[in-house]
Amino acid sequence: MAELARKHGVSPVSETRPVRLTLIGISIFVLALFLIMPLVAVFVQALGLGLGPALATFQDPDAIAAIQLTLLVAAIAVPCNLVFGVAAAWAIAKFRFRGRALLISLIDLPFSVSPVVAGLVYVLLLGPYTPVGAWFLQDFSVRIIFAIPGVILATIFVTFPFIARELIPLMQDQGTGDEEAALSLGASGWQTFWYVTLPNVKWALLYGVLLCNARAMGEFGAVAVISGKLRGETVTMPLQIELYYQEFRALAQVAAFSLAAVLAGLALVTLVVKTWLEWRYAHQLAATRNGH
Amino acid sequence: MARIRFREPSIIPGFRLTFGFTVFYLSLIVLIPIIGLYIKTFDLDWERFTAILTGPRFVAAMRLSFGASLLAALFNVVVGVVIAWVLVRYRFFAVRLLDAIVDLPFALPTAVAGIALTALYVPQGWLGGLFSPFGITIAYTPIGIWIALVFIGLPFVVRTVQPVLEDFSREVEEAAATLGAQRRTTILRVILPPMIPAILTGFALAFARAVGEYGSVIFIAGNIPRKTEILPLLIVFRLEERDYAAAAAIAAVMLTISFVILLLINLLQVWSYRRFGNG
Repeated sequence: MAELARKHGVSPVSETRPVRLTLIGISIFVLALFLIMPLVAVFVQALGLGLGPALATFQDPDAIAAIQLTLLVAAIAVPCNLVFGVAAAWAIAKFRFRGRALLISLIDLPFSVSPVVAGLVYVLLLGPYTPVGAWFLQDFSVRIIFAIPGVILATIFVTFPFIARELIPLMQDQGTGDEEAALSLGASGWQTFWYVTLPNVKWALLYGVLLCNARAMGEFGAVAVISGKLRGETVTMPLQIELYYQEFRALAQVAAFSLAAVLAGLALVTLVVKTWLEWRYAHQLAATRNGH
Repeated sequence: MARIRFREPSIIPGFRLTFGFTVFYLSLIVLIPIIGLYIKTFDLDWERFTAILTGPRFVAAMRLSFGASLLAALFNVVVGVVIAWVLVRYRFFAVRLLDAIVDLPFALPTAVAGIALTALYVPQGWLGGLFSPFGITIAYTPIGIWIALVFIGLPFVVRTVQPVLEDFSREVEEAAATLGAQRRTTILRVILPPMIPAILTGFALAFARAVGEYGSVIFIAGNIPRKTEILPLLIVFRLEERDYAAAAAIAAVMLTISFVILLLINLLQVWSYRRFGNG
């Protein structure tokens, strides 16, 4: 085969050079046009009036409040889904019971729900005009919808499967041998979890947290429906971007893209860490490459 | 007679705690709210329900959402398979970088993508400016919506096809070549058939995501009623008018369609597993 390849300049299990170059060309063109250009545009637009106006965005109390709220929401939503992901993976991967496949499908459900619908279901259930919403408002003076608890709930919904779906396939692959060994040597259940299971899945856990956090900080549709967009109160960074963008003043446009640049920077950091994890710990991440 | 057990015995502790918490949290966050949505649609009598679903604004939004999503998913299937092929088979200087970039739409918040695409494709923008001399407007037209949907759907196809292509055994191709098959025949008759389930799954995932997409679309869409108004936006409008039942009805239709797509994907994977031994 090697001789054949030399003679014809092509291996029989590869394409000719022009075909290869064309396919590579198409790939680079599509990725540059559809993915890289928008990313570059964010930073260029943010710096459209120079660095000064871009940085001035971060002195606007609305922007500061939005950044704080986004951090708060992620700081609550991610740990909630982390605890859930670990519990679900333990139940599903370490035991065999009826309905396991169904449970896995149900956990993935939020990925196939439109973000707007995700927000809507909570408005319908917990809004001020519903029995549950009225009860919370009257007996506890707690507003859920058009308030911060609703924003957190919607974020938990849209990021619900991220950590569970990283852990489940990996823990299924790893089986129960290590845990059984630890238990038979006298370890307690918690010890087994902390010293045997957790070290085995730590990189996959980090991977899941990374993706969960990126989505939690960037969610728009679900949060837009539920927040009521009260400036400085229930507006997260993506919502503040929309509010700035709709103002149509040049300075507000710069502010929108400056705030967007921060989120784009976060996305880039996420991609770099994600790629590094995939490269360095590929065998400890299992089936992580599928879309979500 | 042996009793049918709910679960197989195991010495590992914690089943009750973790299973109980999983079901509780899943019900509270996901299942009860979704069931609540379907119950809410019963506030409408049959006449109002059909009136909403046959109203011109709904029909136009439905046609636009599904049409643009279909065209975007079809485009993504073609270029997604090419990109997956290039990433798996060819080694060149930037291949790792391209591989990482593919996931950008998963990481970049949709609102950021939305305003960035709009800035690019308005007539004064870098790319919109290339088309405006020919009288083609992209932003605030269905073409703009299509571009946003291509953006968010692309990684689904690449990431579904890529692992299957990586697992594909080169010996099979060598065997085909040894038996005298042309390269084109090998690709079309040997490599492509086992890829079809993955390609269809990628298509379905990209399509389902596109139908529900909101953030990246609404900025570039312009949201002109009956022209560039997508289905999720119609829900937002009904909600703002406090017409909760109508919002629920539209959402229930969308949700049911995405569940059907989800079911099809699962059936496809079961079939693919039986036919080709891969998921």
